[in-house]
Amino acid sequence: MNGSFLSQNRSVFWFLLSLAVFVLIVTVLSEATGNGMISTSFVKTLGKTLCLMLVAIAMDVVWGYTGILSLGHMAFFGLGGYMIGMWLMYARIEIIITESLRAAAIPPTPEEIHDAIGTQIFGVVGSSDFPPIWIFAHSFWLQIAMVVLVPGLLALVFGWLAFRSRVTGVYLSILTQAMTLALSLYLFQNESGLRGNNGLSGLQNLPGLDAVPQAQISIAFFWASAVALGAGYVLFAWVVSGKMGSVIRGIRDNESRVRFLGYHVESYKLFVFTLTGIVAGIAGALYYPQAGIINPNEIAPIASIYLAVWVAIGGRGRLYGAALGAAFVSLLSSWFTSGGAPNIPLGFYTIQWTDWWLVLLGVSFVAVTLLAPKGIGGLFDLIATRGSAEGGEKK
Amino acid sequence: MKTLLEMSGVSVSFDGFKAINNLSFQIGEPELRAIIGPNGAGKTTFMDIITGKTRPDEGKVIYGEKSISLLKMSESQIAMAGVGRKFQKPTVFEAQTVRENLAMALKNKRGPFDVLLYHKTKRGAARIEELAETIGLTDSLPRIAGELSHGQKQWLEIGMLLAQDPRLLLVDEPAAGMTPAEREHTTDLLKRAAEKHAVVVVEHDMEFIRRLDCKVTVLCEGSVLAEGSLDHVTSNPEVIEVYLGR
Amino acid sequence: MLRALLLAFALVLCLCMPAGPARAQDQDLQTILQTQAEEVASPGRQSVGTLIEALTASGLPSVPLFLERWADRGVYQRSSDGLFYFAEKQGDDYALSDIASGAPAGTAPGSEMTQIRPNGGVRRVIATALVQFQLSDPDITRRSAALDAIARSPEPDQLEPLRNSIAGETDPELLARKERLAGMLAARFGDTADERIAAIEALSGALSVDVRAVLNQILTTKPGVATALPENANIARTLTPGKDLTEDEAYARLVEAGLAPAIWSRDQIKAALTENIADGAVGGVPLGQLVSEDGRDRAYAALAAAGTVPPLVTKADEATAVSAHVFYEEYDETDASITSAAREALDEVETRVFFNQMLDLGLDALSLASIYFLAAIGLAITFGVMGVINMAHGEFIMMGAYTGYVVQQIIPDYTVSIIVALPLAFAVTFGAGVAMERLVIRWLYHRPLETLLATFGISIALQQLAKNIFGTQARPLTSPSWLDGAWVLNDVVGIANIRIAIFVLALIFLGLILFVLNKTRLGLEVRAVTQNPGMAASMGINPDKINMLTFGLGSGIAGIAGVAIGLYAKVTSEMGADYIVQSFMTVVVGGVGNVWGTLAGAGLIGILQKGIEYFNPSNTLAAQTYMILFIILFIQFRPKGIVALKGRAAGD
Repeated sequence: MNGSFLSQNRSVFWFLLSLAVFVLIVTVLSEATGNGMISTSFVKTLGKTLCLMLVAIAMDVVWGYTGILSLGHMAFFGLGGYMIGMWLMYARIEIIITESLRAAAIPPTPEEIHDAIGTQIFGVVGSSDFPPIWIFAHSFWLQIAMVVLVPGLLALVFGWLAFRSRVTGVYLSILTQAMTLALSLYLFQNESGLRGNNGLSGLQNLPGLDAVPQAQISIAFFWASAVALGAGYVLFAWVVSGKMGSVIRGIRDNESRVRFLGYHVESYKLFVFTLTGIVAGIAGALYYPQAGIINPNEIAPIASIYLAVWVAIGGRGRLYGAALGAAFVSLLSSWFTSGGAPNIPLGFYTIQWTDWWLVLLGVSFVAVTLLAPKGIGGLFDLIATRGSAEGGEKK
Repeated sequence: MKTLLEMSGVSVSFDGFKAINNLSFQIGEPELRAIIGPNGAGKTTFMDIITGKTRPDEGKVIYGEKSISLLKMSESQIAMAGVGRKFQKPTVFEAQTVRENLAMALKNKRGPFDVLLYHKTKRGAARIEELAETIGLTDSLPRIAGELSHGQKQWLEIGMLLAQDPRLLLVDEPAAGMTPAEREHTTDLLKRAAEKHAVVVVEHDMEFIRRLDCKVTVLCEGSVLAEGSLDHVTSNPEVIEVYLGR
Repeated sequence: MLRALLLAFALVLCLCMPAGPARAQDQDLQTILQTQAEEVASPGRQSVGTLIEALTASGLPSVPLFLERWADRGVYQRSSDGLFYFAEKQGDDYALSDIASGAPAGTAPGSEMTQIRPNGGVRRVIATALVQFQLSDPDITRRSAALDAIARSPEPDQLEPLRNSIAGETDPELLARKERLAGMLAARFGDTADERIAAIEALSGALSVDVRAVLNQILTTKPGVATALPENANIARTLTPGKDLTEDEAYARLVEAGLAPAIWSRDQIKAALTENIADGAVGGVPLGQLVSEDGRDRAYAALAAAGTVPPLVTKADEATAVSAHVFYEEYDETDASITSAAREALDEVETRVFFNQMLDLGLDALSLASIYFLAAIGLAITFGVMGVINMAHGEFIMMGAYTGYVVQQIIPDYTVSIIVALPLAFAVTFGAGVAMERLVIRWLYHRPLETLLATFGISIALQQLAKNIFGTQARPLTSPSWLDGAWVLNDVVGIANIRIAIFVLALIFLGLILFVLNKTRLGLEVRAVTQNPGMAASMGINPDKINMLTFGLGSGIAGIAGVAIGLYAKVTSEMGADYIVQSFMTVVVGGVGNVWGTLAGAGLIGILQKGIEYFNPSNTLAAQTYMILFIILFIQFRPKGIVALKGRAAGD
């Protein structure tokens, strides 16, 4: 990543600049450092939105650039969330348990503490034993490694199976959707070891930081999300630029031609699929501590479909388009569904946005696909063309 | 001249239709060879088999000094082994610039991590300039390939073929949609390539083949009907029947 | 008025009774009783038999009621004349009624009446006799009820009366039941080993649950542990610790049998330590060191050495104790020949049950497959034939189901409403499909991923629309009563009528679609457009029209599938989403572009899902998970599905 990379990718510069300015403004206006013009809960919403933008640009790389319409990236996102959630839950309950056992006549053994944590965590699914997948939950660093490894390995294994059998196009989409469905159904079971449909909760309370107000924690996560988004943006902009970008766009447009040029297409797809899966997992690991709870519903296939919707509305094949699409649609969505939007009385019927938002989203999604395949990002093209007419940006 | 590629007893059928029937074929290095034949003679399938797109039901395809079998290799491995192909319909990456198209085809390491960490080199840039010069697209290097004319796309694809620096060039109808001057240029290119490498040209245009001035193989119904100089094969009564008879 | 009459009547009776015989029958029962009055008043378990025999032999219709009351302590003897009455306490007096007719027989002061209280043994004898009566009761429902009662809680002494009643049974169905029940009772309670073995062997041909229960009851075991295998016990099997049961379980058995000291649990050890804290240490081990199991063991060992607590049972002690004993299971039944006959019979029954279960599973799988087929065939047409992927297909299924629901709101007769709903659902979804094709899909041909996305949008919108209109709760789609019930082949194999109907519907549609595609002009044109749109157009076929009709057809079938699925499941706005992934799987697994492929795919997925559920019946979520994983792997080996098109036609 040298100067020439940044100078060739003006959008990276502008994106990072806007992101930095945005983060500063939000920080200054938040309850943590400023006058509280932005409530803590809204800071959390914004922080979550940044994570969604990160997974959206990952989706854009895999779909918009490489042409793989994955309906599984929200599963990787959710897995990342589960992995960090395991540590958050374990560590927080460990502190509580240790505290409560301190008063006992005989100090507790590590085994006792471990068993007590197990009872606490798995009581809701009628168990008290730790499933094997929790072996690393006690260690922050190991579990952080799992955030990367688990979604990464799933993406690697699934991608290897799918790509080597040359499943492409809509077949691959359906296959990824099936994978997502299988994962969510699996997690819905009490025997999954991840508390079934209860999911993991209380994730907003960071272990050992009970004294720190949520206002500050939310800003810290907001910052972390922004840094991750910025880093992810730079990483992906770098990947899709230069020769790598050339090859993956070639794969998108004519896979077999790339193969006849001597490129092992499957490796490239696998590389992109796994890399974006890992980034999705990281994004999820930042998202769910801000959301506070994760359950298998978050992994259901519809979530991945919405991800595709965001990217399509934002504009495929350009990273900022995907990022803006995710921010725009997800914020709009929460505005409409939380009752923020005013209802429209028609006299004989009142349009309640909580009911009609999804209809509107579905229809506008169809409209975007039909009428504006480039999405919101397409608008920037108009500006850019005008700019280049004046001797400005070059692609 | 030593043999570079040898096919023997190759057959392939699609749903009972024998597209290639006990075909045997040899080409040396360097050599220029033209393949003609009526529609459905199996010319494209023949190329598909060599490049690994289609797996034959039986037969052997042996390549190179080490006599490796191409049948067990993937398309990309075959391409990396030095088999380049130009398709009948020009297939260039229309959303990318001419330069990017050529750069992608340049002979370099093809692994994802090699490509990710690839840096533009002076040598590479010079090679692209040189190729662009050869195919007459120097001014068009920054243009999007989709904007090129049909003939220019043909050129670009030939350029991409040359950029791979292959030992065996499979060229499917290179002259289609070209002006007479361009055809001549193409002929020169192919002949020059054939000075060092093996070049197989599939073409319908007899005039073009005459200008190539090389050994001709006539394919019909999936097997070799005749082989020899153009005059030799065109005087073959069977060939005449196939082309004119029905 | 009425009371006066009754009083008068009672008075008359009272006057008549001591005077002498009133009616012959009354006389008979009372007479019989009077001949053995002492036995009636204080019956003995051994001696009562002759009296009961005499009563049964009399054949009097009043005997059963008398026996019942007798056993329930409802019979009293009047001390003045020694006659027996049914009596009920009314204040200080007793209201009497006649033992034969049940008619009121005046009152008597409490001092004059003695309640007869047969003991438990006698009551059982009476009950057995009663069974005999109930089993021969002229009322068939009472006979049947008596059989039910015996089947519910079989007792050894029911065998004899049951056998006795067989000869007189007139109803053939009841006769069969009696014989069966007698066989099962004989197997468990027969007098001789030979008799029981014969009965057990006769049972091996059956497969009902109660027969299996009888055999299992003969084969009940109790766990045993000893230093050596007992010589004369009927051993079912010996258990090897570490293999058949864990070391800990084995030791727990030893503890239970009093052969070894109990192991103290961690909690008990901790409690013992807590009790013995002294000066910040336990047994000389400072509290600070008790944060490990090791430290606690040392402290406990110190306490044990001091004799404060019982010694710790170590792992080594446990192993020694376990290895010094044999663990086995012993049959409750002591006769080995009977248990081995029962085991053999049970094995035979279970094999038969297994095959029948397989058959039942096959039927279940077939019915599931027909549902998947119905759900997927429309998709196979649009996806396979036209190459258009329709993610809103599931919502068309939902639309069909809601159409059925609305029709049922208007037409109350379920049969008529289903007959109306099927074509109407087809029409509604046909229209919706055509509209969607015209408005959206035709702009996106050759851009399959965009079609997928656009139809996603439609799917989201339609689902929410249905929620807005019909609410979130499930709506019923009631099937006509002739589709209720089930076709039952035997105790194991059975299938609900509604599932048979769905199977038939699937068959009809298979035939219909094959006919339309292969034998009609439309089918010909569809195939022509599929294979070469350009050529088809030049031959005067309008591809636009054909695409529209094909899409309409595929959607219309989804509507009909919706009605069928709605009848057997519930109608919700999300029902389409439940079927869409399975439907796509069906099409992909079967092979795209081929009706037979869809059939094969539906069959495979149906069998697979039921097969997985058979191995893990409690967990349908896991079954679905495993099925999807299997499909993902299956596609590795046959990327083009079961019925794959080969060669160039398959395309890339």
